[in-house]
Amino acid sequence: MSLVIKAAAAAAALLAGGALLTTFEAPPVETVQLGFRGLAMEQVYNPRFLARDEAANIVPAVIPKVGAAGPKAGAIYRNVQVLGELSVTEFARTMAALTTWVAPAQGCNYCHNPENMASDEVYTKVVSRRMLQMVARINAEWKPHVQETGVTCYTCHRGNPVPAAAWSQITTPPRTAGLSGGTAGQNLASPAVGLSSLPYDPFTPFLAQGETPANIRVVARDHLAGRPNPGTKETEWTYGLMIHMSTSLGVNCTACHNSRAFSRWEQSTPQRTNAWHGIRMVRDLNLNYITPLAPIFAAHPNGPASGPVSARVGPEGDPLKVNCSTCHQGVNKPLLGVSMLRDYPELNAVRDQGAPPPIRQ
Amino acid sequence: MPEYQNIFTRLQVRGPIYSGVPLSAEHNTRQARTGINHLFGMLGDAQVGPIYLGMTGLLSIICGFIAFEIIGLVMLDSVGWSLSQFIRQLPWLALEPPSPAYGLRFPPLNEGGWWIVAGFFLSLSVVLWWVRTYRRARALGMGTHVAWAFAAALWLYFVLGFIRPVLMGSWSEAVPFGIFPHLDWTAAFSIRYGNLFYNPFHALSIVFLYGSTLLFAMHGATILALGRFGGEREIELVLDRGTAAERGALFWRWCMGFNATFESIHRWAWWFAVLCPLTGGIGILLTGTVVDNWYLWAVEHNFAPQYPAGSFSGLPDPATLPPAEPFTAPSVAPALVPTPTAPTPLGGAVQ
Repeated sequence: MSLVIKAAAAAAALLAGGALLTTFEAPPVETVQLGFRGLAMEQVYNPRFLARDEAANIVPAVIPKVGAAGPKAGAIYRNVQVLGELSVTEFARTMAALTTWVAPAQGCNYCHNPENMASDEVYTKVVSRRMLQMVARINAEWKPHVQETGVTCYTCHRGNPVPAAAWSQITTPPRTAGLSGGTAGQNLASPAVGLSSLPYDPFTPFLAQGETPANIRVVARDHLAGRPNPGTKETEWTYGLMIHMSTSLGVNCTACHNSRAFSRWEQSTPQRTNAWHGIRMVRDLNLNYITPLAPIFAAHPNGPASGPVSARVGPEGDPLKVNCSTCHQGVNKPLLGVSMLRDYPELNAVRDQGAPPPIRQ
Repeated sequence: MPEYQNIFTRLQVRGPIYSGVPLSAEHNTRQARTGINHLFGMLGDAQVGPIYLGMTGLLSIICGFIAFEIIGLVMLDSVGWSLSQFIRQLPWLALEPPSPAYGLRFPPLNEGGWWIVAGFFLSLSVVLWWVRTYRRARALGMGTHVAWAFAAALWLYFVLGFIRPVLMGSWSEAVPFGIFPHLDWTAAFSIRYGNLFYNPFHALSIVFLYGSTLLFAMHGATILALGRFGGEREIELVLDRGTAAERGALFWRWCMGFNATFESIHRWAWWFAVLCPLTGGIGILLTGTVVDNWYLWAVEHNFAPQYPAGSFSGLPDPATLPPAEPFTAPSVAPALVPTPTAPTPLGGAVQ
C-alpha cells in the first residue's frame, strides 16, 4: 500500500477510536430485568456511577429531636404565620434545619433582618414561608406521588439557596424572527431533553401552562384513522417531556412503559401511575407556588442584596420553576429513597397551604 | 493470476481510454476529460470519466444545490449565524416543516415556507436525476433497470414528504431536513401511530432490507470464491456454464438443496432491493391515513402476541378513575437500580 493510503487509514482509525472512546459508555453495563421476558423491560445502569450517586445523595445528620414542651411559637414570637402551632423548641429546631438545608453558608441573616427577626423586609423570608406551605402541600396532598417518604426543603435545595436543577422558559431561537422562526422550538443540542433534538422547552406547555396544560397523550385509542388527532409534531413534545423524565430519574423508558405499546396502562409498570401523579404535582407547584412569587423574584432577579449572586429568573423573566429533576436529580428515588420527613415531623404542622385544592386529573 | 480473495482489487487493467459507443447527432459530444487513477482502480475501474452532465444533470445539481443552501442557511440562522455553533451542533439542526396550524397552506417563509421551497427544489433535483439515469441508459442501448430501481427509492421519498402529508391534510406530518431531527421524527412517528413494528408493510420492508444484505453477501461471496475458475464472467456463464458456475451451483445445492442461477440471482437481488422501499412506502402511506394505531390494529387481527394473565403489574389509567377516589398506594415499588448498600433487589413480574 502506498504511504498516502496508510496515512489515511491511520487517520481514519484514530478518528473512529476517538469517537468510540468519547461517545460510548465504558463497560460494564448491568441490566436488571423488570418485566415479562422478551419485552426488554429492563433497567440498564453502570455500576461505576453507583458510588457517585451515593455521594451525591448523602442525607445531612439529623438535628436531635426536641419535645413539644413549652409555649407555642405563635404566642411568643411576632409574625409567625405558618409554624405558629409548633412549640418554641420545635420552632427553633426547624429554623436551624432550614438554615442547614437552604443557606448553610449564609446563615439566619439570609432571610432575617438580625435587628428584627419578625420583619418580612428580606424577601427571601416571604419566599421561605411560601415554600414551607408548598412542602406541606406536597406531603399532605400528593401522597400518590411522594407516598410516605415525603419531602423536605433538602430534597430540592441540597444546601443551595436555589435548587441546582430548575428550569425557565427558553425561546431561543426567537420563534417569530429570522429564517428559522419555524423550528418549532426544537433542533438544538439541549441537555433539558437528554441532548436529543426534541423540543427543548417541553416544560412550559406541559408543566406550567395554566389550567389547560397541553395534552401529553398523543397515541390514538382506536386502530382506524378518521378522528382528528394530534400528529407527529405534537408527539415530539411529549417525547421531549418523557426524555426529560428518563434523564432526571436515571431510568430507561421501560421503567414505566412497555415499549411495544407505550400508551397501554395495563401493560405498563406501577411506576407509571406514580409518575402520572408526579406530573400533576409539578403543575400544582409551578402554578400555585412558584408562579405567584414571580413579582418578588422579578424584583430580586439575582437573589438578596447580601449575595451571593444567583439567578432567580430565566432569560424571559419568568421565575425558575420545578420539573422532575428538581427533586430527583438523576436517581429514581430522590435521596435514594431516604425519608427525611420522618425525622422532621414539624414540617407537617403547616395547616394553611395557601392555595386552592389541587387539580388531580 | 488475479487474486479475488482480497478487499481491494489487486489487478488493474490499463488499456486505451474507452469513451463508449458511438452516439447519434442529437446527443452532445462527451466531455473527454478522462484519466487513470490508481486509488479508484483499487475499488473499481481505474478509468475516471468521461462524465456526461447534460441539461438534466446540470439542472438537477443546481436544484439540489438550491435546496442544500436553503437548508444550510436556515440551520445557520437557528444558531444565530455562529459558524462554530453551526459546526458543533450540525447533527441537531434542521429545517422543520410547517406547524400543524397551517394545514396544506403555504405558511410564511420562516414558519415552514422554506421547508416547502427546499422540498420543491430537492424533489425537482431527484426527478431530474431520475430522467438522467433513464436517458443515459437508453443512449447506451441498456435496459432501464437502474432508473426503475431509483424510482422505487423516490416512491418512498415522495410518500414521506408529499403524498402522505397531502392525504393527511397537513405539511406538518412530513419529515424535517436534519440528521438527528429526522431520526427523532422517525421515533415520534412510530410512537404516535402505535408502534411501526406492528405495521406488516414495515415488517415486509425489513425482510427485503435484511434479505438484500443476505443475498448480496451470498452472491458476492460465491463469485469471489469462484474467481480462480473464472466465476466473475457471470454473464457468459448464464448461457454457457463452465466449471465455475457448476461448482457454485453445486455448493449451494449441497448446502441448502437449491440454488439460484447465474442469471436469476441478479433478479432476486434487484427485486429484494426494489421491494424494500416499495413495501416501506406502502406502510408509511397507510399510517395515519388508514390505520391510526398499528398496535391496536395488530391486536384486532391477532397479529400481536398476547402475554399470559399476570404478566404485567400495571395499574388502571388514573385518568379514567374518579378524581375523588381515595388513593391506595401500590405495594412498595421495586427499586430500579440497586443502591450501593442494597446490591441486587429485583422486582416486578420477572419470569
